Amino acid sequence: MIENEHPHKFIKYLRTERLPHLFCPGCGNGIIFNTLFNAIEMSDVDFENISMVSGIGCSSRIPGYVKCDSLHTTHGRAIAFATGLKMANSKQDVIVVTGDGDATSIGGNHLIHAARRNIDLTVICVNNDIYGMTGGQISPTSPKGSYATTAPYGSTDKPFNIAEVAKAAGASYVAKYTVAQPIQVSNAIKEGLANKGFSLIEVIAQCPTYYGRKNKLKTPKAMIDWFKENTISLKQAEDMTDEELEGKIITGVYINKPRAEFIESLDAISAQNSDITPEDNINKAYMGD
Amino acid sequence: MTKEVFVQGNEACALGAIAAGCRFFAGYPITPSTEIAEIMSKKLPTVGGRFVQMEDEIAAVGAIIGASWGGQKVVTATSGPGFSLMQENIGYAAITETPIVIINMQRGSPSTGQPTRSAQADMMQTRWGSHGDYETISLAPSSVQECFDYTVEAFNLAEKYRCPVFVMADEIVGHMREKITIPDKIDITPRQMPEKCENYLPYDAPENSTTPMPSFASGFNIHVTGLTHDERGYPSTDDPDVHSKLVTRLCNKILKNRSDIAQIDTKYIDDAEIIVLGYGIPSRSALTAVKKARDSGLKVGYIKLGVVWPFAEELLLEYTKNAKRIIVPELNLGQVYLEVDRVLGKNAKVELVSKIGGALITPDEILDKIMEE
Amino acid sequence: MIYLNEDLCKGCYLCMEVCPRKVYTPSENLNHKGIRVPVFDLEKCVKCQLCTLMCPDQAILIEDDD
Repeated sequence: MIENEHPHKFIKYLRTERLPHLFCPGCGNGIIFNTLFNAIEMSDVDFENISMVSGIGCSSRIPGYVKCDSLHTTHGRAIAFATGLKMANSKQDVIVVTGDGDATSIGGNHLIHAARRNIDLTVICVNNDIYGMTGGQISPTSPKGSYATTAPYGSTDKPFNIAEVAKAAGASYVAKYTVAQPIQVSNAIKEGLANKGFSLIEVIAQCPTYYGRKNKLKTPKAMIDWFKENTISLKQAEDMTDEELEGKIITGVYINKPRAEFIESLDAISAQNSDITPEDNINKAYMGD
Repeated sequence: MTKEVFVQGNEACALGAIAAGCRFFAGYPITPSTEIAEIMSKKLPTVGGRFVQMEDEIAAVGAIIGASWGGQKVVTATSGPGFSLMQENIGYAAITETPIVIINMQRGSPSTGQPTRSAQADMMQTRWGSHGDYETISLAPSSVQECFDYTVEAFNLAEKYRCPVFVMADEIVGHMREKITIPDKIDITPRQMPEKCENYLPYDAPENSTTPMPSFASGFNIHVTGLTHDERGYPSTDDPDVHSKLVTRLCNKILKNRSDIAQIDTKYIDDAEIIVLGYGIPSRSALTAVKKARDSGLKVGYIKLGVVWPFAEELLLEYTKNAKRIIVPELNLGQVYLEVDRVLGKNAKVELVSKIGGALITPDEILDKIMEE
Repeated sequence: MIYLNEDLCKGCYLCMEVCPRKVYTPSENLNHKGIRVPVFDLEKCVKCQLCTLMCPDQAILIEDDD
């Protein structure tokens, strides 16, 4: 990055030597940075205490640009890696950034089981309804009838509503918004960080390069307009039929119901069996014996 | 105080892991290794450790890699089908230089095969089961005592070389019960925290070597990726030199140190014209056969590889320089045999004693091969 | 004051799209990558910061004038 005397207010959180980032012009992933840092600044979480984990895909490149410890893992496995990272040292705040294909296709099993355990992770699932990194293939969240390089005649499948999946699997905080609602996204991430348990914030984001080009929404503006036209609230959705709901983006807080957290429950058992606590063992690998 | 206990191999592995400083286990049940998970789930909460049963073996390796970066010594245990599922993340551990230990209680295979019978048929998979050029370390215990000792050693090697290390046991060793000695003082290799400095380069390692590994949440703000990366840890996927330098170093940090990593037991090799060279459980039959052959006046020697991979080429060439025949007993259709033949076959005739199906190779079967001429 | 980092701008024009006051307009100014970067009319800006939240390339800074 060429030095700039008046940088964007969130540039301080980024690895500036790696900028500009690799996202296409108008990519929704760039907006995720802003909502994430906005949320951290609004929250009680200390930026220095954050570790990030991601899988494979465009959105999984986000942590690599953030000036914190970041683990860019294998496709679909971010939440599994994050489970180990958090359990090794539960004092750190672990944020996972994952995409729709990463989290619900190849990594669907890890998503539902982490939600079931209610382990204290904050997962930001950037859903662009398509595989961007590999060039525009169909995803489990692609709307019925949408086009992709592997759905040249249009998708025939019913897409996942990721937020519903996470809620059904046991997540204690779930919210869903689009990048056209950056304030709501920021607030949701803030609430997710505050929730002691598994939090998932699904953010619908535009991929003008692949989703847009395949579906007559070629500009970032066209995609944002499309989000706005199809966004409804959970409350509005209550009175709508399945047919009316097709293609709609149902936004809001799906669940905010704290319950026993996985590691805290484990440690309660541990405390009955040992005088040594997992906190005594932080960075145990570095200790001799 | 040195302690003697009567345990099965699986339990000895679990005890060895905890003795080595391991405080995190993530795994998935699979015969014949399940006891390791069961014992770890019971023991870890008593030493301030944490146990998690993951949703599958892919997740298990993911979790232990995550926990390793979180500052813990980590282990998982599995058998063939689970080992196959683990392979992608094993490659990730190799390229990111993450110390992890995986115990594989080998069973009859391929596929679901024979869950309750023994085999040594994953010996090539443990070497190159993940895609790409990489090298790892594999140990093969032949007794319950070695299950303990080699598991401790696996942790130490994982720290020293920052790579995945495998304890390639088998169903027989895993379920066999023997008396073992647990010493009161165990040598363990602590991980080294790097020095904090301006422009810290987490992957700036010397040739044929590795570099101290920081833990997450210790203020280093490092990026770890399975993509080809430069000294900063940043992705650099288009520069052929960066890739070549990284992958060559990952391989050479193991291969160039193979004589140091080696763990080789020898008996009667000075005058030996025939050497039985084995690893793992068939070595016990081999030793009996060699002794019987010696009793009948034959110049037969015995070599047991504690560390199978990396293959200690230089040492083994030295140990076998006078041998005319080398006999390799294994519970597969010939895997390590191929490497023995490649390295030692120029000087000696390398012969295989193979058995699959679950029964052990008997001393007489090896003796019969010795007597063949 | 509005500061636009022309080196980071990729020319997606989301700033034009989201600004409720139409502060940003297209221009013929090319940055080093040949991208036409937008220009802004400071007079119209009420510093709502929506453009800084929506800029995917962290190319805009809006500062209070004091």
